[in-house]
Amino acid sequence: MIEVIDGERCTSCDICVNVCPTNVFDKTDGIPVIARQGDCQTCFLCELYCPEDALYVSPFADQAQPIDVVALKQTDSMGSYRRAVGWTDETSERRGVDRSYLLFGH
Amino acid sequence: MPNPTHRAERVSAPEGSVAFEADVLVIGGGPAGTWAAVSAAERGARVVLADKGFCGTSGATAAAGTGVWYIDPDPALRAAAMANREKMGGYLQDRRWMARVLDSTYQHSNRLADWGYPYPVDGRGKSQRNSLQGPEYMRLMRKRTKQAGVTILDHSPALELLVDDDGAVAGASGVRRQKQDRWTVRAKAVVIATGGCAFLSKTLGSNVLTGDGYLMAAEVGAEFTSMEFSNPYAISPAFGSVTKTLFYSWASFTYDDGSVVPGAASKGGRSAIALALLEGPVYARLDKADDDVRHHMRVSQPNFFLPFDRTGIDPFKDRFPVTLRLEGTVRGTGGLRIVDDSCATSVPGLYAAGDAATRELICGGFTGGGSHNAAWAMSSGAWAGQGAADYGTQVGPTARRTLSSAGAVAFRSRQRRAFAPAALARAVQAEVFPYELNYFREASRLQGALGRLDAAWRDVSEADAADRSEIVRAREAAAMLATARWMYRSALARQESRGMHRRDDFPDLDSRQRHYVTTGGLDEIWTSARPHAAASYAEAAE
Repeated sequence: MIEVIDGERCTSCDICVNVCPTNVFDKTDGIPVIARQGDCQTCFLCELYCPEDALYVSPFADQAQPIDVVALKQTDSMGSYRRAVGWTDETSERRGVDRSYLLFGH
Repeated sequence: MPNPTHRAERVSAPEGSVAFEADVLVIGGGPAGTWAAVSAAERGARVVLADKGFCGTSGATAAAGTGVWYIDPDPALRAAAMANREKMGGYLQDRRWMARVLDSTYQHSNRLADWGYPYPVDGRGKSQRNSLQGPEYMRLMRKRTKQAGVTILDHSPALELLVDDDGAVAGASGVRRQKQDRWTVRAKAVVIATGGCAFLSKTLGSNVLTGDGYLMAAEVGAEFTSMEFSNPYAISPAFGSVTKTLFYSWASFTYDDGSVVPGAASKGGRSAIALALLEGPVYARLDKADDDVRHHMRVSQPNFFLPFDRTGIDPFKDRFPVTLRLEGTVRGTGGLRIVDDSCATSVPGLYAAGDAATRELICGGFTGGGSHNAAWAMSSGAWAGQGAADYGTQVGPTARRTLSSAGAVAFRSRQRRAFAPAALARAVQAEVFPYELNYFREASRLQGALGRLDAAWRDVSEADAADRSEIVRAREAAAMLATARWMYRSALARQESRGMHRRDDFPDLDSRQRHYVTTGGLDEIWTSARPHAAASYAEAAE
């Protein structure tokens, strides 16, 4: 489930509020809030769409997990999905590297 | 050549609501809905698309990646593609529909390339078009939908259909949940593209898929078919949501003590995993993947690795606990019955596409998960959009017609007891998640579940209207309940094992039951047998 909106990175663009398919976030005057965490379906799409790598979705789908944000930011986890699918300027060549066609037939 | 765009007209509406006049309303913004919207707009229709979540991220495809049943137009390849799953599907497919879906999927996939979808190129320089990355594909489809002049309403769950005095469908209404108001679209035809129902099981990206379109369609009298083929379960890490069963082709499955689960496999051995899970935890390790396969997996489906990388598990070396999450009619093959080549339903003015519509025509009774469903979404979406647009040109303007709202459950004031959506959703899950009820079916267990589900339906039918803040949840829970009842009535009616439907009390395929099971109704659920197309053709030829 979504666990983190990092206040240092978040620019209050509200993209996460708009794109979340299950309407987990609410807009505020500043940084959006995780208003309905239990509705998170752990699809990672808010994280993928966040241009600032300010979000972190924990892979635990059924229960909340306490996260140490300071420690988390020492790792490269935040934004890792976005980089992996080529949705950053530095990694855009990855958009066309799908090798699924080599895996079919199993 | 660019099409002239015709925009839906925004009309004045009571305070606290927004209203549109359109030719075609598409409900649902996944692959089927966006293809329907684009195709209707290309026919000159004014189109509104209402998505429960955000068109571009909501639905089973957006969060995942999907194979596509894309086959080059070589007669031998096409014939083989049609033949190779007929047995698995219980011989319920229809070759004529398979052929037209293959043609249409080929065309639509090639359009995606023209629109800039970054298909990979293989070592020989050939563009490979049998797979799509969900986020990339759906972001492109949103863009094309907007460029086609379609009005998109995001975060706008539809709640009920509108019908005219003759019972023809002529629009829908719902809520804009981020604006705290309501929407109404008067339209000449409506396309239901709301996906299937996965019962809030958290199978990847599917929690928006709660059977809402089925409920709305049933309230205007639409029929369903193949709803017994509704019991696929997907493998995921026990703690996570990422269901990519294909990758478990390289897994070995073990019990707690490390011994191998006999017969367990991602394909053709998932029931062994289900049986083992009834006894205790089951573990997987992707130790059959060589270095090349590991690399292809990682670059192809990065989200498969998120649950592992973020918990410090190396899925190729470490054992991790797995579970099976119900995919219901999202990867089952049932849905709204299609009555002609334009994807019309049995109700005038109502069309169906994607997982909301039956996939029996190309999948028979076995999951079309991945490739077939993706092909069906493109094809049926385009046909339904065109069909709805063409129907719209034949009916008069809706502005002067008297329309009424068709929604019943959760809207009626009965003042007997409060509507409790969350409790109802849990009660339905308790009847459809257990493997001993849904995976391994048997008459007395199905009847027990149906008894409880029917009682729950009587309960909600007598409950008071849902509170405004709970109306979406209430309709979702009611839709899940109705879906479970169509599934299990149909499962009782099919007294054999065919496709994914397996009956402990009828373990064999019965050649006399090569027919479809049609179902419908709300207070009373009915079923009937409908002949397979091959039988109909044979009859017509005599």
